[in-house]
Amino acid sequence: MGVAVSIDQVEKRFGPLRALDGVSLQIAEGEFFGLLGPNGAGKTTLISCLAGLARPDAGRLTVMGRDVVADYRAARRLLGVVPQELVFDPFFSVRETLRIQSGYFGIRNNDDWIDEVLANLDLTAKANTNMRRLSGGMKRRVLVAQALVHKPPVIVLDEPTAGVDVELRQGLWQFVQRLNREGHTVILTTHYLEEAEALCGRIAMLKQGRIVALDTTSNLLARFAGHTLSVRLAPGAALPDALRARATEKDGFWHLRLGGLAEVEAILAALRTAACAFDDLRLTQADLEDVFIGLMQGAEGAR
Amino acid sequence: MTGFRTLLYKEVLRFWKVGFQTVAAPVLTALLYLLIFSHVLDRHVLVHGVPYTAFLIPGLVMMSLVQNAFANSSSSLIQSKITGSVVFVLLPPISYLEFFLAYVVAAVLRGLMVGAGVLLVTAWFAPLSFVAPLWIIAFAVLGGGILGAFGMIAGIWADKFDQLAGFQNFLILPLTMLSGVFYSLHSLPAFWQGVSHFNPVFYMIDGFRYGFFGVSDVAPESSLAVVAISFLAVSAATLAMLRSGYKLRS
Repeated sequence: MGVAVSIDQVEKRFGPLRALDGVSLQIAEGEFFGLLGPNGAGKTTLISCLAGLARPDAGRLTVMGRDVVADYRAARRLLGVVPQELVFDPFFSVRETLRIQSGYFGIRNNDDWIDEVLANLDLTAKANTNMRRLSGGMKRRVLVAQALVHKPPVIVLDEPTAGVDVELRQGLWQFVQRLNREGHTVILTTHYLEEAEALCGRIAMLKQGRIVALDTTSNLLARFAGHTLSVRLAPGAALPDALRARATEKDGFWHLRLGGLAEVEAILAALRTAACAFDDLRLTQADLEDVFIGLMQGAEGAR
Repeated sequence: MTGFRTLLYKEVLRFWKVGFQTVAAPVLTALLYLLIFSHVLDRHVLVHGVPYTAFLIPGLVMMSLVQNAFANSSSSLIQSKITGSVVFVLLPPISYLEFFLAYVVAAVLRGLMVGAGVLLVTAWFAPLSFVAPLWIIAFAVLGGGILGAFGMIAGIWADKFDQLAGFQNFLILPLTMLSGVFYSLHSLPAFWQGVSHFNPVFYMIDGFRYGFFGVSDVAPESSLAVVAISFLAVSAATLAMLRSGYKLRS
C-alpha cells in the first residue's frame, strides 16, 4: 500500500501561538485514521494545511504524493474535506449545491453519482429543497455529500458528528466504513472517543500542536490501559491499608488499576483476610477515554 | 475550464435569483435621478450642444453599471466569508486566475444588465444617438471590470459588512457621483477640474459618453488608455492578493 497522506515537520504559528509545532505523520492508503486531541490542539489547523485553507510556515504535506502547495490543484482533486462548521450557500437547493460543487472539481454530468450519494445519505427526498430549509443534521449530510462529489481517494471528516442525532450518526458511519472498505483513505477527527475506538485502525493524539501518541488503536489501548477492578464497600467496611495506598476513590467506588488479571485473586484474598465486605464489584477494561485523559494529563511522560 | 465556468455560473445565478434587488432596484434608482434632474434642468441646459437629459443618460447608465459591478463581487465575497461558505470555493482545484475571472466576469455581466436596463427605461426621455458603438462597449466592459476587480479587493479585505459599506459609501459613491455623470467637467472651477482628472471613473464616463454623442471632455483615446491601464493595475493587485491567500487562506 502506498502513502495516502504524508505530513513532514509541519509548523504553523498564529502570532505567538504555535498551532502546529513540528508535526510528522504518514497515513497509508486504505487506512481509517483518527486524529484526536482537546480543543486547540491543532487538529483543524493540520487539516486546514492539508486542504490548502492554511499555509504551513515550515514543513511539507502531500496527498497521494502531490505537494499541497506546489501542486495544489492535483492535491485538492485527491482530497475531500467535510468542514467542521455547519456552512451552506443559502441561494441553492441540495442538488444545485452538489452540481456546482462537482463543477468546481471539473466534473460535468455527475448526476448518477450525486443520486447515489444522496441515496446513501438519505437525502433523496430533500434533493430539491433549498439549503436554508434543511435541519442542522440534514445540512451536515449535505456537507458530507459535497466532500464526496469528486470521489476523492482521501476523505477528511472534521468532527462530522457534532450535533448529529444517533440515527444519522449510525447511517453516516456505515456509509463512511463502506467507502473505506472500497479503498478510500479516511481521516477522522472527533470528540466522541467511542467513535474513534470503534472505527479507527490507527490514532494520533495531538496536544498543543505536537503528536503525543501515534499507534494502532489496539496498541494504544494495551499500552495505557489494562484493567481496573472497582469495589463498592459495604456500609461500615474499610479498605485494608495496603490496598488503600494504590486505590483511587470515585463515585462511591474504590478503583484499583491492575498490572495483570492475576492480581484480581490477590486483591480478593486481601479483602477476605481483612473481613472487608463489599456490595458491588466490577472489572472494566480501560477505553480510549482513559488513554486520552492519561495522555493529556501527563503528556510529556507518555511520549 | 469547468471550474471557472461553474464558478461563473454560480456567481451569475447568485445575483439573478435575487434579480429584483440586484438588477431592477438600481434601474429604478437611475430612473428617479433622471426624472428629477431632467425636470429641473432640461429646458435650461445644453452640454456640448446636447440637451441635458440626453447628456445625463449615458452617465447614469455608466454610474449604475460600475456601482453594481462593485456591489456584485464585493457582496458575494463578504457574504461567503461571513457565512463560511467560502470554503466551497477554496477547497476545489480552482486556480487564482479562474477565481479572479469568474468573479470579475460575473460582476461585469451584472453591471451590463443593470446598464442595459437603465438605458432601456431612460432612452424614452431624450433623443439618443449611438455614434461609436464599439467605444460604448469597450468602456462598459472595462469600467465594469475595474470596479468588479476592485470589489473583489474590498470584499476580501473587509471583515464586516460595515467596513464594506464604508468602502461603498465613502469611496465608490463619491468617485462615481463626482465623475461627470451630472455635469461636464468644463463647468467646474479649474481646481476641481484638475482634481477630477485623478478620478478614473471620470474617464470611464467621458469615454462612454463619447460613444453616444461623439463629443467628450478629453480625447476618447486618452480615456481608453487610462481605463485600460487602471484595469490592468487593479487586476494585477487582485491577482497578487489571491495568490498570497490574503485573508482567504490563513
